[in-house]
Amino acid sequence: MNNRIINHPILDKQPFTEPINFSFNGKLYTAYEGDTIASALLANHIRILRFHEQSGKARGIYCNIGHCFECRVRVNGQVNIRACLTKVEEGMIVESETQKAAPLDPKKTTFPKTYAEYLALGEEEQNE
Amino acid sequence: MNKYDVAIIGAGPAGLSAAITCRKQALKVVLIDEFPYAGGRLLGQLYEEGDGTWWNGIEEAENLKKEAEDLQVHIQLERSVHHIEQTKASSFIVHTNHGTVNASNVLIATGAAESPCPIPGWTLPGVMSIGAAQVMTNLHRVKVGDRGIIAGVNILSVAIARELQLAGIDIHSINLPNPQTTSKEDSHPKVVMEKLTHLAHLAPSSFIRMGSSLAKFQFIRDLAVQFYPRSGMPMWGMPIHLRKAIIQINGSDQVESVTLARIRPDGSLIAGSEEEVAVDFVCIAGGLYPLAELAATMGLPFQYVPELGGHIPLHNQAMETPIEGVYIAGNITGIENAKIAMKQGTVAGLSIAYRQHQDEAIEKARRTAIEDVEKTRAEASIQFDPQIEEGRKKVEAKFWALEG
Repeated sequence: MNNRIINHPILDKQPFTEPINFSFNGKLYTAYEGDTIASALLANHIRILRFHEQSGKARGIYCNIGHCFECRVRVNGQVNIRACLTKVEEGMIVESETQKAAPLDPKKTTFPKTYAEYLALGEEEQNE
Repeated sequence: MNKYDVAIIGAGPAGLSAAITCRKQALKVVLIDEFPYAGGRLLGQLYEEGDGTWWNGIEEAENLKKEAEDLQVHIQLERSVHHIEQTKASSFIVHTNHGTVNASNVLIATGAAESPCPIPGWTLPGVMSIGAAQVMTNLHRVKVGDRGIIAGVNILSVAIARELQLAGIDIHSINLPNPQTTSKEDSHPKVVMEKLTHLAHLAPSSFIRMGSSLAKFQFIRDLAVQFYPRSGMPMWGMPIHLRKAIIQINGSDQVESVTLARIRPDGSLIAGSEEEVAVDFVCIAGGLYPLAELAATMGLPFQYVPELGGHIPLHNQAMETPIEGVYIAGNITGIENAKIAMKQGTVAGLSIAYRQHQDEAIEKARRTAIEDVEKTRAEASIQFDPQIEEGRKKVEAKFWALEG
């Protein structure tokens, strides 16, 4: 049984008729048309979206509108995607980030300080 | 190069209304929002008006979106704006996660975000902002849990608690957040009581309603806090506590319980009064603040106005900022309800159209629209802060002082 609110005393009935299949950490789940990754996972009773890069502690959604970045997951191989702002698509592969060995030790030590300095970088460096 | 007359950031009530207004004046409009649905904070709003009718924000959002689409506003969702730069007069480049957009005018209608209210344990999965629970429940139609508790007593938490209850979710109670880790504004019983009395006319409980007429006397408010019932004040069957705080959230890798403690009228904890309550989710309600980072990246001047919810970019009643071609509307100008945001959006739209067309008929319509904002404000059944008018005057005065 999932966590859906099908009938509501004021709002219209929402029958959830168009299933979408996606995976989270290798397991298959069903979402419905209109779901974000965050809502689809919560409907499937999944609250732990990732483990903190440094402490390894479990984290889930917090603000659900894109401000807090607590719900960041890996989507089709791309890191740091906000689960609350991203609609589920058929066949989407969603994965949790996990604790890193040295999260606060980036290879790069100097960063552009102004927008002009950023623009002066090559495209490759800008994307780093 | 494809250049728009106006780029609007934020597809909430203000942005949508402005887009509609601009299209009616034949401007070329792009409306950008990072959320997958247009509507902003309208999405999820569901409350009963004074006359017994229901305000359904999702329906309002759909109607506005449909009107905007029919008028061929270019709506771009799931697109985040992180910077706006001005290259010359009437030339703005909007930087997004999917390339740039060029426009002659920019309207920043980014709305509001929820203030954090840290309580030990608040990073556990199952702890979320009250607005998160609202969107999950009413928009996505997903239950955030079976039995929850709320930290933060304010207009938003009381309204959304009711919405969760309507969706069949059990709410244990509404309490203050830990006074040792949050601001006095949020956790001091007397300060919170002060604010609540201004909402009391909305309450179904006759006791609280009675409170609103008595509340003009300070000593009554003090007495009410002093003798606040230990079982809380029930509203729709949910107890509201002004003398209890959630001091800790417990669980190994998700929420399992909270620790409540009684507090004195001055906000200090009563040692030995702790009790543990089993819940599977916790909502944190720290109130709203204007979301103004984009205005800051553009170099717009700000004024801190607590009555309006935080740092406000300077602007006038026509929604103009000190940078020509840059406008703001909606909750970025101060925390108020969605109806006011829509009216402000119309004003901003007319200001932009007037700048483009220099047409006296538009200027006349704008004057009427400004009056309409004030009328809507005066009629609002929900006021987020009793001193909104004073706050707005402060911003307006600063704006004109700057303009000389």
